[in-house]
Amino acid sequence: MIKFRLNSEDVSFEGDTGTPLLWVIRDHLKMTGTKYGCGIGLCGSCTVHVDGEAMRSCVVPVAEIAARSVTTIEGLAEGAELHPVQQAWMEIDVPQCGFCQPGMIMEVADFLERHPDPSDEDINKNITNICRCGTYPRVRNAIHRAAAIREANE
Amino acid sequence: MSARPLEVTRRQFLICGSTAAGSLIFGIPAMGQGSDLSDDRRLGFFVEIRADGEIIIGSNQPELGQGERTTLPMLVAEELDVDWARVSVLPMPLGIVKTSDGFAWKYGGQGVGGSTGLTSNWDFMRQVGARARLQLIHAAAARLNVTPENCYTKPGVVVCKALGTEIPYEDLVSEAAQLDLIDEDVPLKETQHYRIAGKAQSSVDAIDIVTGKTRFGSDTQKPGMRYAVIARCPHLNGSLRSFDESAARKIDGVLDIFEIQGPAPGEPYQILASGVAVVATSTWAALQGRNALVIDWEPGPNAGDSSDLFWKQNAEMLDREGQVVLDDGDFVSAFENAHHQITHRYAVPFVSHAPLEPQNCYAYVREDHCDIVAPTQMPSGASRAAAAVTSLPRENIHVEFPRIGGGFGRRLTNDYVTEATMISKQTGWPIMLQWSREDDIRHDFYRPAGLHEMRAGIDAQGKIVAWSHRLASASKYYRRPDMPAENLWQSELYVDDFPRRIVENLRLEYHHNAIGVPRGSWRGPAHNVNAWVVQSFLDEIADETGQDPLQLRIDLFGEERELEYSNHGGPTFNPGRLTRLTKFVAERIDYHRRRPNGHGVGLAAHFTFGGYAAHAIEVSVSDQGNLTIERIVAAIDCGFAVNPMAVDAQLQGGTIDGLSTALGLEITVKDGQIQQSNFHDYPWLRIASVPALFETHILPWGDTPTGVGEIALPPVAAALTNAIFAATGKRIRRLPIGKQLRA
Repeated sequence: MIKFRLNSEDVSFEGDTGTPLLWVIRDHLKMTGTKYGCGIGLCGSCTVHVDGEAMRSCVVPVAEIAARSVTTIEGLAEGAELHPVQQAWMEIDVPQCGFCQPGMIMEVADFLERHPDPSDEDINKNITNICRCGTYPRVRNAIHRAAAIREANE
Repeated sequence: MSARPLEVTRRQFLICGSTAAGSLIFGIPAMGQGSDLSDDRRLGFFVEIRADGEIIIGSNQPELGQGERTTLPMLVAEELDVDWARVSVLPMPLGIVKTSDGFAWKYGGQGVGGSTGLTSNWDFMRQVGARARLQLIHAAAARLNVTPENCYTKPGVVVCKALGTEIPYEDLVSEAAQLDLIDEDVPLKETQHYRIAGKAQSSVDAIDIVTGKTRFGSDTQKPGMRYAVIARCPHLNGSLRSFDESAARKIDGVLDIFEIQGPAPGEPYQILASGVAVVATSTWAALQGRNALVIDWEPGPNAGDSSDLFWKQNAEMLDREGQVVLDDGDFVSAFENAHHQITHRYAVPFVSHAPLEPQNCYAYVREDHCDIVAPTQMPSGASRAAAAVTSLPRENIHVEFPRIGGGFGRRLTNDYVTEATMISKQTGWPIMLQWSREDDIRHDFYRPAGLHEMRAGIDAQGKIVAWSHRLASASKYYRRPDMPAENLWQSELYVDDFPRRIVENLRLEYHHNAIGVPRGSWRGPAHNVNAWVVQSFLDEIADETGQDPLQLRIDLFGEERELEYSNHGGPTFNPGRLTRLTKFVAERIDYHRRRPNGHGVGLAAHFTFGGYAAHAIEVSVSDQGNLTIERIVAAIDCGFAVNPMAVDAQLQGGTIDGLSTALGLEITVKDGQIQQSNFHDYPWLRIASVPALFETHILPWGDTPTGVGEIALPPVAAALTNAIFAATGKRIRRLPIGKQLRA
């Protein structure tokens, strides 16, 4: 049995420990905000935080998650208070179909921890999630906006 | 592609009533054409005014990111005259009811495609709101004992002019419900008086999306649900010989394995391939079970198909005259006698839709009814698909279509609904069928590929006097039932597109090249291909006759005037609107400014499905052939922009889709199999390739809207390759651009 924390709650999984974290979260723990897009870690729709760091959950066997702490899009906001990235996403109205956006938001939330005042070049080098609708111009604006919200909060 | 047109008859338009909870509901009775509806009063929900003043507006159309779920309710709210902040939007399921002559829509026609979602609902949604508002005015007038003409509304309130009395809508619920529905002409607002429409409104679903609450089809969870995947035949039109399931049966969680019967080669069909279904207790177990299958496939009649052969055949076909599908004037003599003759060929590949949410469908077939939850642009098609598999009456098939993770034309076809229904019927279980990304890229209805030969005759003054477009391609109409071979061209060439009625001697010819690759509609069908070819060729003409590409376009598009246009998006085409957009983007990008070596600007403009778009793109190309998109100016004329926020999003998204596809996407075939499978070999564009200098402009025109989902895409590839030519002198005549610039 694999035990870990999911959005601050203790959870466990009994089954094939080679199962990717993505499917454990979606099928077994019934948390569907994290999406399946490619299964090989290329599109980023499945991005979650593991011990605070962005990971593509479709290529992480659940065995590697034992005793660690996972945050999904459902756990990003602190109660009713949206995370700055979510706030910026709302302000700029980023999503089109919305399918990639949970993973995109989780990726950006982690990115801003490491690049609190990112340049466009920083964004280009680090943000590789695929948005098939092409929301990239608004994603870029919203990243800068989220950075500003974070700074104002400090 | 569009849904059956909705016929709104005034008398039977809206009905209203109240609920036990004290809400006022406005709906429509089942509507259809030529049906006797007098005895069907079953309400199709549309507007609910709650006792606490909250307004619920039903959204009847599929939402796949184009913004329909926000834009259409805006129109209802505008005419109803309510505060947009008090409106919630509730998705409605497929509503069809049986009538004496077939089926009728309960909530109006439901289905999106061809950029028609807004235009086909524009009058309807406004009428719903206006009718509901009138009912409230009459209720208030009756209470106050004044004539309705003495009353008007301001947001959420009926006001009596004479008495100065104000009554909130929610206080009129019971009286409005008891009144007979007012049956008279309802004048609609002039757009200049709009408070909600015409203003940028954020997506009503944004908060659920950013917090992960949105349920897409693939997020469906039902009690007792089992998970299924299918191993589909990798050979185009191949079939299943035999399979060994012994290892797969040993995978923990695998419950059942069985054959899925595929379509007959060349016949119109409901699903794409033969296969073996694996049903399990989880998606992962099903995928593991599938990996463990040992399958012997019959390669079938298309085993020899390859991209190399396809392109060779296309080239040979183009050496011969094709089926002449349009012959204005006398092309042959005008071309032969022209001062200058130009001929070039352009190749456009197959591409996949690759929506980010792979295909999936929940199906639960029972003895007397069936539930379907599917990401579909055509829910009525899903209903027909499930009915065909189960033989159940369609009114017993309940179809829900949650928010869709992208469509681009892929979800016009409900093959995955057929598959899921087959699996549920076979097992008796509620089934979630999940496609992998590899399934999606390998089993698509791809954009048709083709080779285009363009010829132009130019007179001594530089005027185009003869124009020919000879196309050899794989028509997407090949699988239409009862489609005669001589009509296959109709999905690939639209006769009234530019330069019809502008160049006098005009000829269009077609060769159909049959190949086993399935084809379908891909965002801006045919337009996305032909705009690249035509707008590239214009630049080549300009270059070879010493003309400026901008001035040549201005001269050709000319003044504002309505030309007859019989294809989808008509009845008229006004090329002057392209002139306006082209001049605008050229000015914004400072077209005439001298640029450093290796930099260049390209222009293109196109009319698609009633809307107009133009792009100016600046690129730089290094000595090593590295391409950088420096700047993009995109402009759209979609008539009246109902929700500029959503129009702008589609302008950005359509532009980026065009860039991504032109830069690096191609589906190829070898030994009768699709060679690509996932984002490593089908590399969808990432943010790094999209310049920060990216501006979008909406140029308004009149007071009726056109759709916007497809309009922005077609000019993009040509603006890009024209820019590359301006920067380097190298003309791209084969898409995708790929590594062609690396000398």
